[in-house]
Amino acid sequence: MSYEEDFAGRQAGGEVRDSVLEVQDPVLREVLPSFRQSVHAWSEAEYGRPRALPATAPSHRAWRLAAAWTLGCLLVAGVGSEGVYERHHRQEVARIAAARQAEQQRLLAEEQAREVDELLAKVDSDISREVPSAMEPLTQLMAEGETR
Amino acid sequence: MAAQEFSAVVTTHRAQIFRFLLASTRDADLAETLTQECFLKAHRHWGSFRGESSAMTWLMRIAINLQKDHWRNRRMQFWRKTQNNAVDLDEASEWLPSGESSAEQRVLAHERVGQVWKAVEDLSERQRTVFLLRFVEEMDLREIARATALNEGTVKAHLSRALARVRAELGGKR
Repeated sequence: MSYEEDFAGRQAGGEVRDSVLEVQDPVLREVLPSFRQSVHAWSEAEYGRPRALPATAPSHRAWRLAAAWTLGCLLVAGVGSEGVYERHHRQEVARIAAARQAEQQRLLAEEQAREVDELLAKVDSDISREVPSAMEPLTQLMAEGETR
Repeated sequence: MAAQEFSAVVTTHRAQIFRFLLASTRDADLAETLTQECFLKAHRHWGSFRGESSAMTWLMRIAINLQKDHWRNRRMQFWRKTQNNAVDLDEASEWLPSGESSAEQRVLAHERVGQVWKAVEDLSERQRTVFLLRFVEEMDLREIARATALNEGTVKAHLSRALARVRAELGGKR
């Protein structure tokens, strides 16, 4: 039974009491069948139209899915490698700075040690020049006796 | 025997299921895909169909659920919006009944059918489903209630609201 027949039958039988079937508006009563016929005509045209849907649509979807996954993986890999590189770079910079500081400390220690050695050497030489040997006067006397 | 029965069901109801899905999605390719999925699912569960409702109502229920799942998935996966192949309202309303005699009547009919499509587009998913089942598929309230798993009172309420929206779109009273 079509909508119009259903409506007409219910109207004739006095059954039109709920809002659903109160389509008494003349515009609606004219438009709704046109809408239905329009959908039917469109559907018949599309239903009979040959389309290679099973071959194309899943393939497109599969390609899109694969492309989305690839892009996603590349993005994740890019972000991950950027993080790893950044961390490695920071560690390398810190290692170089520590090595440089250690080298400076070593040079400074060497310089200090060298200065101490030089100072001690100078003191030794000064002392050996200013203070005569304990046997020196005797040696001189012996030398004078021999010459006589 | 069961295979023959199912084959007959497919032959009888495939066009109607496709039409409902086409009207719901306005996308012929999507409607075709969902129709195929509908009959695939029906074939898998054909053994459990006990005939409590008509085969058409049972198939329509499967189609409605598939359509619901489709929209739910699209909402979850926002990038799929770019894959929307639905035709616009103007194109959907191009298919007019051939009974219009004059050019003026055809233009008026085209305009009004377009307005109905506009109203249908703005309806909620349930309102649109019950509206299409009633006014395109010409199912009665009991069948609609079974196909949508709603009670008849709820179906009436949705239909009433849907009609009010269509009336308003056409410039009538709400």
